[in-house]
Amino acid sequence: MSIQTLVILGVFAPLLGAMIAGFFGRRIGDIASQAVTTGLLFVSCLISWIVFSKWTWGGLEAFTVKLLPFIHVGDFQSNWAIRIDAMSATMLIVVTSVSALVHTYSWGYMKEDDSRPRFFAYLSLFTFMMLALVTAADFLQMFFGWEGVGLASYLLIGFWYKKPSATAASIKAFVVNRVGDFGFLLGMMTVFWMFGTIEFAKLFPLIAAKAGTGWEFLGYTWSALDLAGLLLFIGAMGKSAQFFLHTWLPDAMEGPTPVSALIHAATMVTAGVYMVCLLSPLYEHAPVATQFITVIGGITAIFAATVGMMQNDIKRVIAYSTCSQLGYMFFAAGVGAYQSAMFHLFTHAFFKALLFLGAGSVIHGMHHEQDMRKMGGLWKLLPLTYATMMIGTIAITGLGIPGIGGFAGFYSKDSILESAYASATSGHAVFGMFAFTIGILAALLTAYYSWRLVFMTFHNKAQWKEEEGAAHHDDHQAVVAHDDHAGAHAAHDDHAHDDHHHGPLQPHESPWIMVLPLLVLSVGAVFAGMVFAPHFIGHHEGEFWRGAIQTLESNHVLHDSHSVPTWVKWAPLIVTLLGTFIAFVLYVLKEGTAKQMAEKKGALYTFLYNKWYWDELYNVTFVKGTKALGDFFWKVGDVKIIDGLGPNGAAWASLKSGGWLSRFQSGFVYFYAFVMLIGVAAFLAFAIFTWGA
Amino acid sequence: MPHILSIVTFLPLLGAAAIIVASLLNKGGKEAAAPAARWIALGTSLVGLALSILLVAQFDPSNTAYQFVEYAPWFAGAAYHLGVDGISILFVLLTALLVPLCVIASWKAIEHRVVEYMVCFMLLATMAIGVFTSLDMFLFYFFFEGTLVPMFLVIGIWGGANRIYASYKFFLYTLLGSVLMLLAMLWMRHETGTSSIPELKQYAFDPAVQPLLWLAFFASFAVKMPMWPVHTWLPDAHVQAPTAGSVMLAGIMLKLGGYGFILFNLPMFPQASEMFTPLVFALSVIAVVYTSLVAFRQTDIKKLIAYSSVAHMGFVTMGIFAGNDAGVQGAVFQMLSHGLISGALFLCVGVIYDRMHTREIAFYGGLTARMPWYAAIFLFFTMANVGLPGTSGFIGEVLTMTGAYQVSTWTALIAASGVIFSAVYALTLFRNVMYGPITNPKLENITDIDKRELLIFVPLIIGTVALGLYPNAILDITGPSVEALTTAYRAAIGG
Repeated sequence: MSIQTLVILGVFAPLLGAMIAGFFGRRIGDIASQAVTTGLLFVSCLISWIVFSKWTWGGLEAFTVKLLPFIHVGDFQSNWAIRIDAMSATMLIVVTSVSALVHTYSWGYMKEDDSRPRFFAYLSLFTFMMLALVTAADFLQMFFGWEGVGLASYLLIGFWYKKPSATAASIKAFVVNRVGDFGFLLGMMTVFWMFGTIEFAKLFPLIAAKAGTGWEFLGYTWSALDLAGLLLFIGAMGKSAQFFLHTWLPDAMEGPTPVSALIHAATMVTAGVYMVCLLSPLYEHAPVATQFITVIGGITAIFAATVGMMQNDIKRVIAYSTCSQLGYMFFAAGVGAYQSAMFHLFTHAFFKALLFLGAGSVIHGMHHEQDMRKMGGLWKLLPLTYATMMIGTIAITGLGIPGIGGFAGFYSKDSILESAYASATSGHAVFGMFAFTIGILAALLTAYYSWRLVFMTFHNKAQWKEEEGAAHHDDHQAVVAHDDHAGAHAAHDDHAHDDHHHGPLQPHESPWIMVLPLLVLSVGAVFAGMVFAPHFIGHHEGEFWRGAIQTLESNHVLHDSHSVPTWVKWAPLIVTLLGTFIAFVLYVLKEGTAKQMAEKKGALYTFLYNKWYWDELYNVTFVKGTKALGDFFWKVGDVKIIDGLGPNGAAWASLKSGGWLSRFQSGFVYFYAFVMLIGVAAFLAFAIFTWGA
Repeated sequence: MPHILSIVTFLPLLGAAAIIVASLLNKGGKEAAAPAARWIALGTSLVGLALSILLVAQFDPSNTAYQFVEYAPWFAGAAYHLGVDGISILFVLLTALLVPLCVIASWKAIEHRVVEYMVCFMLLATMAIGVFTSLDMFLFYFFFEGTLVPMFLVIGIWGGANRIYASYKFFLYTLLGSVLMLLAMLWMRHETGTSSIPELKQYAFDPAVQPLLWLAFFASFAVKMPMWPVHTWLPDAHVQAPTAGSVMLAGIMLKLGGYGFILFNLPMFPQASEMFTPLVFALSVIAVVYTSLVAFRQTDIKKLIAYSSVAHMGFVTMGIFAGNDAGVQGAVFQMLSHGLISGALFLCVGVIYDRMHTREIAFYGGLTARMPWYAAIFLFFTMANVGLPGTSGFIGEVLTMTGAYQVSTWTALIAASGVIFSAVYALTLFRNVMYGPITNPKLENITDIDKRELLIFVPLIIGTVALGLYPNAILDITGPSVEALTTAYRAAIGG
């Protein structure tokens, strides 16, 4: 089988699975639906690894399979195609590996749900859309995947559709993403009129010639490439939940936990980073746009970390952590280290999926409890989950010893920080330094919130034990609305779960089908950095990317990042240890300190706990504003002004002047229609006759 | 087949005659003739659809001249002159597709005066197809106005409680527009000595009088689109119309305006078109934002979708007057696609209206649990309405915006904000009707769609997906005709 055929098979296998489970799920049953989708996903995953291996070690050439024309209108040409190069090969393995594992994990996690075919169909549909996005050869197909993953995300966040908070979150996710898409569309149109093409392969060689030229937009003359870069980046901000457009991501945790792991941690949210890196030929010539990216990425990294420190919902902590890590990736791209950004995207997928699925295992073991304040001491009861979560935590905090080695995050995050520092010394002084400083600070917070999660969940006193007896019931009811599985049960009221509604809570380890994906991901979280660092960012970097990332001659950031001063190399480790130590003191050594601090409700705590009040701000401005404006246009604009001056005014007059309307009303409809037709015809005939030639 | 255009155009009229004859022959009176009326209407419209498909199959897209032309002198210089180009032929097909679906949708929903109803529908079909096949200005006018009569009756007789107000408003608006158009046509006939549309397209009207002529046609077509601020008849008409009436209204009647702009304003008055482009752009983007926000606040499902139609038509007018390939191609595509999508959405409303007899959003909630297939279909068309790539709704929007961008970036920017607002109102509607727990006990026993209803949706789903994934099927047919149009337009305005 040729590699082209293989790739087509790999991309479409998940779609096939989605269609079978979606259309025939009820007929073929739950198990068959799960088996088909999961099986096809593993096929896709296997093919992806073959392609990636051939790319990395087998010298595979970049190629594009054209499938069908999409839109052809003049120069506006788009084709359905599959583009294979270093960028897409990397994404292929990330997407299909995590997706295959999440499919597997869901056999256990969703076992009690009675809409499993629908769930697996959505998961597979998402995977297909993501593959369409990453293999696109032009902006339009990319946008198809871009919105397609948005659709899948909408469907999966609102999977438990009877739960109002879930459906509200699903709309929020879709709408906020659309704000980003608005920028993407404008960016695409700008590119089209600027270059006369939306195909990447045709576009990239044309870019350098436009550097420094101007472009008219909204009455101003902009630096052409900066404008295109900025508009497209708005799209990336939406999809990757960057500052200003981040509010949907924490709410997206309303979806089932496997969804959070796949879509809202490892794959979809990284699409923005992927796009920016893919468009490196453009961004290399767009200094203002990249500075903007650096600033937004930096702010997001620190903002999300500060909020994550204060959250008590285990999933929300990880969600903010994702947001923060995406910020890292963006400022890496912003300072010109696209390779480091992609590398962090790659390693992050493994350990973040691991953390989420681990959290899911805890939630499952705790009978749908998500509040970490009600956990504690779980390490004995969930030993495998505990061990894998430890690995994930070590990986995300980037623990490792410079010069020797460490877990996955160590390689990618340190590369980002070193690149930021390197860029500060080579021309981008202000922005590079900003990114470096923020990155170091956020690393401290990352260590703090990540270990806080582990300590609150697995160590300390078992808070759930106190809930035995009457108190337990009340408490459990109180959190029901907040808890994702409770939604499932509310949604399927015919399901009774005696095991957790009655009797004392007995946390338990998850079944092997859930633990197995954790173990596989742990391998990735440990070794992904060590094995692939030479290819993504090290000596073989040029060989690996083979032109998929294009940097200017003057961009030495990645090169220089390998020769930063020793203190820069050690700084991340030191702050990470510091953050870990603080968490250890507050949550283990002096257990209860943090709780007391939280109960004081200091201004800073309240501000961070409430996520800097962005939701409240947007509610007052955008949500209420839209409603008020809609009401105004409707009740004043349409009803009072337009109808009042127009038809109703006339109607009123004619009613007064002779009961025209009332006669009309009493059975004259036929007659009127007839008169109208005759009248029109007569008038026409008369007119033509009079004017006749 | 000779005279195939005449046959396609007048076949429904023949069906109408057959229905009348059948009802007269039926001894049980008119009401007893209802089944015969339904079957004749269905049979005729299906034959019409088959013939339309044949027509498209025989059409040569690479030839930009009018094809299947039929000509016979009529009276006083006007002629019976038919023909189709790459643009109009697709509207013929769209009409021919929607009519049988409407007949099926009305199968059970219309119980009284079935004979008259089916006659009206057949008449409407002939009038609508006639608009798209006419090549004589006065013949066009006849059909254009002729569509009003059956539509007016459908709303006025089979409509809801407030139907008289709605049909009156509908009548008042559209007639006022038409009078001005007729006057302009008469002047043009006098000036040029011809009423042939192909000849008029070649005639260079004095740029000094073009603005007046342009405005006269604009008045008529803007009301039909409808453009802001002459759109308020549409929500009322939709709310009162029976389901199939809404389908024809949204699917075909609204397209007459856009088709008119492409047939008259742009090619015949290019200088005026260029001059008035800012006006059209302004009204278009106001329509997109304003009506989307109004849609968001509606409490009646049909009104919401009606307002959403106005917003979508904003993209059409914007695309047409962008005057470039992407814009006009996108506008034509958007009209065809909207014909499928809005038709389907009104049919979706019809499904639950037939069961519960209310369109109040607040009455519903949680239907997904009882109607999973309906939920899937409604969600599909909601997403198509939102312009999700992969559905036909996306293609028209992206092309018209791209077209407008070249002329005015502000216009493209404001129109692009429509992608946000459409998501807001459409998903909110879907959520309020379909999601959540069932709180209204009356909904406990609501049944999912049956086979007859599914039959209506299947062709619309296939069309929406097929055109969304492979829009070239349409763009290849419209392409040469649109190119000829835009090339002539640019040459005329010296751009």
